[in-house]
Amino acid sequence: MEEKRPLDGVKILDFTATVLGPTVTRYLADHGATVVRVESMTHPETTRIATPYAGGISGLNRSGYFATYNSGKLSLTLNMRKLKALEIAKRLVEWADVVIESFVPGVMDRWGLSYDEVSEIKPDIIMASTCLQGQTGPHSAHRGYGQMPSAMAGWFELTGWPDGEPVGPYSAYSDWIDWNYLLISILAALDYRSRTGKGQYIDQSQLESAMHFLSPAILDYNINMHVTTRMGNRDSYAAPHGAYRCRGEDRWCVIAVTSDEEWHAFCQVIGNPDWTKERKFATLMARKENEDELDRLVEEWTINLSPEQVMNLMQTAGVPAGVVETAEDLFRDPQLEHRGHFVVLDHTEMGPHSVGTAVFKLSKCPNSPKFAAPLLGEHNEYVLKELLGMSDEEIADLMAEGVLE
Amino acid sequence: MSEEAMAPYRVLDLTDERGLLAGKIFADLGADVIKIERPGGDPARNIGPFYKDVPDPQKSLFWFAYNTGKRSITLNIESCEGQELLKSLVKGADLLVDSFPPGYMDKLGLGYQVLSELNPRLVMTSITPFGQTGPYASWKGPDIVPWAMGCYMWMTGEPGRAPLRISHPPQAYLHASAMAAVGSLMALRYRAMTGEGQHVDVSAQQCPVWMLTHTYAYWDLMKVNLGRQGGWRQFGPTRIRTLWPCKDGYITFMFSGGLIGAKGQQRVVELMDRDGMAPDWLKEIDWEEVDALSATQEALEPITEAFGEFFKTKTKAWLLNEAVAGGIMLAPVNTVKDVAEDTQLKARDYWMDVAHPELGTTIAYPGAPCKLTQTPWRIKGRAPFIGEHNGDIYERELGLSWEELVALKGAGVI
Repeated sequence: MEEKRPLDGVKILDFTATVLGPTVTRYLADHGATVVRVESMTHPETTRIATPYAGGISGLNRSGYFATYNSGKLSLTLNMRKLKALEIAKRLVEWADVVIESFVPGVMDRWGLSYDEVSEIKPDIIMASTCLQGQTGPHSAHRGYGQMPSAMAGWFELTGWPDGEPVGPYSAYSDWIDWNYLLISILAALDYRSRTGKGQYIDQSQLESAMHFLSPAILDYNINMHVTTRMGNRDSYAAPHGAYRCRGEDRWCVIAVTSDEEWHAFCQVIGNPDWTKERKFATLMARKENEDELDRLVEEWTINLSPEQVMNLMQTAGVPAGVVETAEDLFRDPQLEHRGHFVVLDHTEMGPHSVGTAVFKLSKCPNSPKFAAPLLGEHNEYVLKELLGMSDEEIADLMAEGVLE
Repeated sequence: MSEEAMAPYRVLDLTDERGLLAGKIFADLGADVIKIERPGGDPARNIGPFYKDVPDPQKSLFWFAYNTGKRSITLNIESCEGQELLKSLVKGADLLVDSFPPGYMDKLGLGYQVLSELNPRLVMTSITPFGQTGPYASWKGPDIVPWAMGCYMWMTGEPGRAPLRISHPPQAYLHASAMAAVGSLMALRYRAMTGEGQHVDVSAQQCPVWMLTHTYAYWDLMKVNLGRQGGWRQFGPTRIRTLWPCKDGYITFMFSGGLIGAKGQQRVVELMDRDGMAPDWLKEIDWEEVDALSATQEALEPITEAFGEFFKTKTKAWLLNEAVAGGIMLAPVNTVKDVAEDTQLKARDYWMDVAHPELGTTIAYPGAPCKLTQTPWRIKGRAPFIGEHNGDIYERELGLSWEELVALKGAGVI
């Protein structure tokens, strides 16, 4: 018998696309929920038509971008321009515990799938909407992707060199914060529903969720009128603190000396050269004042060693350090391997490929994906027949009428 | 009528700065969260910035931000009496969150095995740099270390210069804390099914790795190591500009393929034309036909240059308004000041005023991360002072006498 998972029996109707929504539903699927992704053959979702493709060969069922975010889910294709597709969607609402969508506000309403209508069909439904700036307000129609709330919340301004452009954190950073808050809201709503029988509506503004990871800087402005800005890799409470160039091409190791004890250990590891005894490096405050020079001197030492050597020497001596790992490095990181972070799933068209698993382990239940990502429309028959109880004839008619495209 | 989603739950928060957000999330959802501080106060109280720039453990804005709605007691869990008191509290708790190094709680006789015997329904969630076991489990991991070892730094920054972290605030453990909340909720759900608690083991290093699915999939499937590109992004064979100077700062904007970006890109050209800045060849482009993601670099360069010249003549605010009205996928690069003054956030009543009577003021905090109709997220009150609720818990709940409290205080237990 399969081991129990926390969300066994929970049914999710998933109208999301790209990164944020599909991550939420992947976590739900990994923890036992049945997730039906509603897709479209006429408008395949962005990540299905994006690199990287298995073997470098493009195709709707070959993108690793899609496959990693959608392992363990079922795919149903519906052409929502057809009346019968809307009827199927409404029958799936009856089937579902949670409906989740990530359209620009208004799309679900146009389909007759607003929360009011959905809760008419199923009063205890939990419905979650996520969009850039929320369902209401003058900017609710703002379209886009996760890079945009990252810039609006302030991360671009806070990431970069003091003398350089606000380059921002890589890619759709706010999505990666926001999926936490959407997941938490859904799980809390499920908990509440199981106690009270009441469903509810969840409106996520991606900008509003993301700002929780900036709270100290926001309070600093609201109270002290300080406008925090980028400072490279520097840290107010540590020196040396940064990424240092090592031997090899574009190889780096971070070192963070956060206490006097770690400073002495650091000096010992690098062989106590004379400069470490100078007064200008004796205290944290002194090192902060002479940090440019300090960083140059640290790098004179790291440049002769591989990043792995620097990391091992430092950590063995109790000094925080870590290789700036590349994607390739992740696959040979012994700690990630010990944790079983990557699992290999056998995808129908892509073949075996690696998928990252949840960032937490549960001591009593598994939480890695049960199977690989679906082909586009792979579960049409299963969903219509097994979940909605339709007959073969009905399904054949739907196909002939182009409803399942 | 609104209620609280997590009202029936009691949470013991034994975290330091690496886990405070998890408890805040539960408190804002209505749980009874007890922050257990060492006598003298949690070290995270010394993290700046500070109220009115005065360093004071009762006035850390970092502390304020991530401890709203909690109660605070002081307890030295390294003392025998302290351990007994913690055990008494564990018996009535649903969730315990900690961020100690792996093995620390076991060494004190307070590991999951021991605590689960006292309370089999207890969920214990531990946040560490690398997880509870494994070759790096005992290594140190302040923010920059998991951020580097999770590949995120490799992807951030300018080519030719060092990889970058996000300067402030430290991010890795905020992700780990939020995921600790997710894991805890999963375990509570499992408990509702089976009656059993369990141990949730969160790794900060894995958080950035999860974010970089696209990046690791590139290596896995195509043996390509993507790298940092500054204000640009590599899409297949083309490099696309993502960061653009404008009249009063910067914006982000990215060409998109076919249908997705067509409307917005067409709108930019119309706006350019109004100012006489759209050359004829640009006006002739049918954006539904041009898949900007797979166009050649040669084709993209003049378009990028023309758009760039136009953006330089407009302000962030003007461009944002046009973006919202015209479906342009563009956003301003805001400072915290811009955010504080943002009209959309005000229109949605985002900010939550929290009273700080002792400071004679109220402070606007980031409000509900999501708007829930039935069980809204809500800040119950300001962060607690050191041991502010010792009386509530030790006297009124555990029934200790005033004399016993004095003795425990004298012995440095509370």
